[in-house]
Amino acid sequence: MKRLLFLISLWLWAGVAAAALDPARVKDLASDDFDVKQAAVAALAAAGDDADAQRLLKALSDDAVAVAGERVVIVAGDQVLDAATGAAIKPAPANSESLSLNNSLRQQVDGALAAVRLLSTDRAERLAAARALLADMGDGAALLPLFDKALAQEQDGEIKPILAQLAAQAALGSPDVARRLQAVRDLSGSGSAAVKALLLPLLDAANEPEEKVRLEAGTAIKAIDARLAWSDTAGQIFTGISLGSILLLAALGLAITYGVMGVINMAHGELLMVGAYSAYAMQALFRAKFPEFVDYYVLAAVPVAFFVAAAVGMLMERTVIRHLYGRPLETLLATWGLSLVLIQAARLLFGAQNVEVANPAWMSGGVQLAENLSLPWNRLVIVAFSGFVLLLVWLMMNKTRLGMFVRAVTQNRPMAGCVGVPTARIDTLAFGIGSGIAGLGGVALSQIANVGPDMGQGYIVDSFMVVVLGGVGQLAGAVWAALGLGVVTKFLEGWAGAVIAKILVLVFIIIFIQKRPQGLFALKGRFVD
Amino acid sequence: MRTPLTVKLFAGLGPRGWLAVAAVAFIAWVLVPMAHLMLPESHPLHVSTYAITLIGKILCYAVVAVAMDLIWGFGGILSLGHGLFFALGGYSFGMYLMRQIGREGSYQSDLPDFMVFLDWKELPWYWSGSDHFLWALFLAIAVPGVVAWIFGYFAFRSRIKGVYFSIITQAMTYAAMLFFFRNETGFGGNNGFTDFKRILGYSITAPETRLVLFGLSVALLLAVIILGKVLIASKFGKVLTAIRDSENRVMFIGYNPVHYKLFIWTLSAMLCGLAGALYVPQVGIINPSEMSVANSIEIAIWVAVGGRGTLVGPVLGAGIVNLSKTWFTTSFPEYWLFFLGLLFILVTLYLPQGVVGLWAKIKARRAEKAAIAASRAEVAAAPAPRAPAAESKIPNGTAAKGA
Repeated sequence: MKRLLFLISLWLWAGVAAAALDPARVKDLASDDFDVKQAAVAALAAAGDDADAQRLLKALSDDAVAVAGERVVIVAGDQVLDAATGAAIKPAPANSESLSLNNSLRQQVDGALAAVRLLSTDRAERLAAARALLADMGDGAALLPLFDKALAQEQDGEIKPILAQLAAQAALGSPDVARRLQAVRDLSGSGSAAVKALLLPLLDAANEPEEKVRLEAGTAIKAIDARLAWSDTAGQIFTGISLGSILLLAALGLAITYGVMGVINMAHGELLMVGAYSAYAMQALFRAKFPEFVDYYVLAAVPVAFFVAAAVGMLMERTVIRHLYGRPLETLLATWGLSLVLIQAARLLFGAQNVEVANPAWMSGGVQLAENLSLPWNRLVIVAFSGFVLLLVWLMMNKTRLGMFVRAVTQNRPMAGCVGVPTARIDTLAFGIGSGIAGLGGVALSQIANVGPDMGQGYIVDSFMVVVLGGVGQLAGAVWAALGLGVVTKFLEGWAGAVIAKILVLVFIIIFIQKRPQGLFALKGRFVD
Repeated sequence: MRTPLTVKLFAGLGPRGWLAVAAVAFIAWVLVPMAHLMLPESHPLHVSTYAITLIGKILCYAVVAVAMDLIWGFGGILSLGHGLFFALGGYSFGMYLMRQIGREGSYQSDLPDFMVFLDWKELPWYWSGSDHFLWALFLAIAVPGVVAWIFGYFAFRSRIKGVYFSIITQAMTYAAMLFFFRNETGFGGNNGFTDFKRILGYSITAPETRLVLFGLSVALLLAVIILGKVLIASKFGKVLTAIRDSENRVMFIGYNPVHYKLFIWTLSAMLCGLAGALYVPQVGIINPSEMSVANSIEIAIWVAVGGRGTLVGPVLGAGIVNLSKTWFTTSFPEYWLFFLGLLFILVTLYLPQGVVGLWAKIKARRAEKAAIAASRAEVAAAPAPRAPAAESKIPNGTAAKGA
């Protein structure tokens, strides 16, 4: 109640002070009573468009205000100015005592200064001031007249809504019931957790005496909650799709090699690692040789990672995997051995610690869709990139001769061989392409995850789950399985935590295989093993 | 007409086999304890505590390797999840060891230290009974058995096999590891169980206790090998190897492979659990990293190095790989992974039958040479038919085909 009275007095008072800077009120700045002092600052803020008030606020913010006897003065270098009028005082008072502000007052002064900038003629400055105030405006009620004035003047489509929200937030503390009610109604259109926090105290009768406003605040909070829940869900779907696109990049290559040769390449995760280290190496190269193009190292890393990983993969196929044909379990062990060798080689070459791969400038930041929903550029780029890779793989598999051969060998190896498909060469090429895609996945991964020697270890199980779920040799299956797994995992994580989510997904897959051992999308045809 | 079990037992191992068993038992139970307790430390034949702990640990690994061989070498099922069963056995028995610490922990509480740290007031329900030795031993066998049975029932029923099965077991182990890393799971989280004080009232660091544990490890290994021999020689073993070589044909003849696979899978898991229970008091720690993916795959390489489809091979393999691991990680730690990786590659490429197969091959080649020499001598003396090919003597020559 005391606060309310204070607010009302302040309100009346601000109305008077807006007309001109009252020298009597300026004197209050020197008062020992905190409330009086605060009221004086509030009055100054309300009169913010006045040149004298602005000068005084600026001086307050710079700690240049002092008390000399009975007068409040501004100390500007050698000169001493009268606080109310700005006229130089001659002779300068002999001794003056600097006026100190506590944090709460300083916040208010800064808020007032920012609010003054809302009236600036420079659009960028107005926008910056509006944003700064939205983040933190201190005691907004005192600034309300300024907001109202700025809102009336403002023509810009971007700044106006922010000002409207500022005014509404400030009006929550207004002594006028109708004004408060209107403010609550205006704010109910917001989707911000900060606004919700502002509205929450209004539910309590101790803070808000008027029942109408309390009820209205309740409805507004419900509306905001609904909007928050919606953008939360949208955010989870997006992170799920982002995780799914990484899984897709990891699983596409595995789906090709597993489909063609029926072997699990346990070193597939290490091919991701090879791709990520290629990105790291390109970054180092660009930094050393072409520092002006360093933002585009990622573009150069894409082909390099593809070919390096493909070369490693083809080498593995030629030297080890080919000789284990028809012994899939032993291939599994041998490729595990290869993965150990690759990990240790990376450790010796680049060190056991994670290396730093920076996002290029054009990939940092994000798109702000709602107050609590921002889509980072690097994740958006990765989603687009995996779509692009998917398109390339689809074209390769369905529109080229090589792709036709790969599909033929996947479906029926002996028959493909009989009609003249060079199955051995197809094996090598398919393995190279699968590995190359893993390398591309590594570049993508280097932009959002840590790059270290064991980074690939966690991906083999996940990407194999995608292949199992999607069905062998089917691109569509891999896409649906990867995105589905990504989104489901993220939702489960939000609901039950990461570990339980992982276990639940695993249990789900085991149950799923009971029902559909051939995966979501099975090749049509008859097989016997 | 059924042959009595005792007769089967004796026939299964043969006189030379029983002699070997007796020799090993004599060394483990008489010579090693004498060398440890009676000889002074400076004596060249003295067996140090370090050596006993190391060998005891490797013996436990060897039991795991034999259990792995039962399902992989004879059943054709490659599990990448045996580390889980081993660790489950270890954790079950570790619960007992934790309770045996009593009030001597850092917090002087009845509860294990990590529970005090989490501010738990009483034991969770699954810890009830953990202060009884026999119940802990029962859990060490039953928990892996039940987990394996449930998992195997669903996996085998839907005919998941080959690499599918391997990867799913790996995923299971991985999920379990994450689960055990959580503090709220109630098994000490990251740190697991350690700082054991005593077992059945005896101090766990006393040389006599160590010797008993060592002797028990040897006994368990021998028992598992004998059990394996009997199983493989039985009709069950014949069907099992048939399933490994051609599951569809066995099905068409009228057997249900699910029962056979499920039995050997569950048995193998229970043996791993027992080995884990013996491992924990000797090593003095159990934590979730025992369930890591890499550990489980290493078990497969022990078996592959020694020789699949033989019962001595896995024991040899576990010994060779773990002794080299000890040597490498102390002398050349940065090359251990290279060595292990190359071991995986070279053994699968060039030694599909492992060390035992190599030995058999060398023996066969010698026999062949001798036969050729003999037949030449015979030809020189008088024309005669060629000696039969010595190759058929390689034990389990078909093992490579199914795996």
